[in-house]
Amino acid sequence: MQTLTREEMARLVAQDLPDYSSVNLGIGMPTLVGRYLRPESGILLHSENGILGMRGLEGDETPDPDLINASKEFVRLVPGASIFDHALSFGIMRGGHLDVTVLGAFEVSSCGDLANWSLGESDPLPSVGGAMDLAQGAKSVWVMMDMQTRDGSPRLRRHCTLPLTGQGVVARIYTPLGVFRVAPGGFVPVALVAGATQDLVRDQVEGDLAWPDEIAVISRQQKEAA
Amino acid sequence: MNAFKSKRCELAEAVADIPSGAAIFVGGFGGSGIPARLLSALCHESKAGDLTLINNNAGAGDPSFNALVDTGRVARIICSYPRMPGSQNIRRGVEQGRLVVEVMPQGTFVERIRAAGTGLGPFFTPTGYGTAFAHGKECRVIDGKGYVLEAPLRADFAFVRAALADESGNLIYRFAQRNFGPVMCMAAGVSIAEVQTLVLPGELDPCQIITPGLLVDRLVKG
Repeated sequence: MQTLTREEMARLVAQDLPDYSSVNLGIGMPTLVGRYLRPESGILLHSENGILGMRGLEGDETPDPDLINASKEFVRLVPGASIFDHALSFGIMRGGHLDVTVLGAFEVSSCGDLANWSLGESDPLPSVGGAMDLAQGAKSVWVMMDMQTRDGSPRLRRHCTLPLTGQGVVARIYTPLGVFRVAPGGFVPVALVAGATQDLVRDQVEGDLAWPDEIAVISRQQKEAA
Repeated sequence: MNAFKSKRCELAEAVADIPSGAAIFVGGFGGSGIPARLLSALCHESKAGDLTLINNNAGAGDPSFNALVDTGRVARIICSYPRMPGSQNIRRGVEQGRLVVEVMPQGTFVERIRAAGTGLGPFFTPTGYGTAFAHGKECRVIDGKGYVLEAPLRADFAFVRAALADESGNLIYRFAQRNFGPVMCMAAGVSIAEVQTLVLPGELDPCQIITPGLLVDRLVKG
């Protein structure tokens, strides 16, 4: 069985984002999604520091110190972009004006709790940033994450063991095995890589796992065509 | 032309009356909008200590911000995301007990400042409900949604950076340099802006002004 790379996961997220939606990509893996957005999708990317409508630098474009995203990477504005202050930017987030946020995660529970900001150790510099505002405020919270920790503990769990970012907020999860929804019955596979059997998935998930009759297969061809 | 009082001053003069124990808003997100000249003046032209510096990224590695920390003049940093390249000294300061770093969600950080500047009292926000940031705070469920009560956050001074100003203090920012500037200017006792270009009143298009001059007390050019 061939699992998805981070780039393939990012490509799947990019395909699934609704056309003309406003989207915030969190720090880390989610920033990869920006590379796979088609200009004709009309998606506008939002950044905490007061930008709506941006893209990564292309080719030899010169960085502008006053155009950075939340990850402090240099960006460019796209036609139709707007700039606003931080209070308005977080008002947009908390106020439910963003369609989707894509976040990284350490753990997600089967009732949609998200833990993505702290490993729970006594960190002298705990850094939460905008994660909680996004988790709480975006209309739909999608997560890109691994199925398991390096030592094999599940990251999709009955209850989160790490400090929470938000309660009951996660709608969709993109993992190397495929895509899950979070529903009242627990984790629901939507599309899985070929060879991801119920036993195999069950083995990597701790919380309630539904197994619908229809689960799409993510094939190599589909990935290449994307 | 209507008379105006120029708010322009020299860097050293701009920070001369900042006393020990002052709380200072420092604008900027990452390196964009960091008032590096004002931080440098505070570092080199003033001896004020026991300072509270309020900046989203705990200075984001700015050399003067770090020098203030390294020379023991900062007692407290209030921020949302201190884990930045170049913040090892802040980590050491906390580990050695010389420095207190207070962290909160970024939207709560900015809204507490906005509340202070716009005359509001404590407010209920859904951000952080059911998390560690709600501990010890009043929480309430209103219409089925949980909220945490947060207090306004004021400071004695604000340091912000803008691209363009007129001498009466009207500010225009360049792209995402704007970030915390507008709210911090409203919530500080004395707001000081460092600006790249300074013109006379009347030379800026009033429709383009982001921070009106009555919210700005001093201007330095640089």
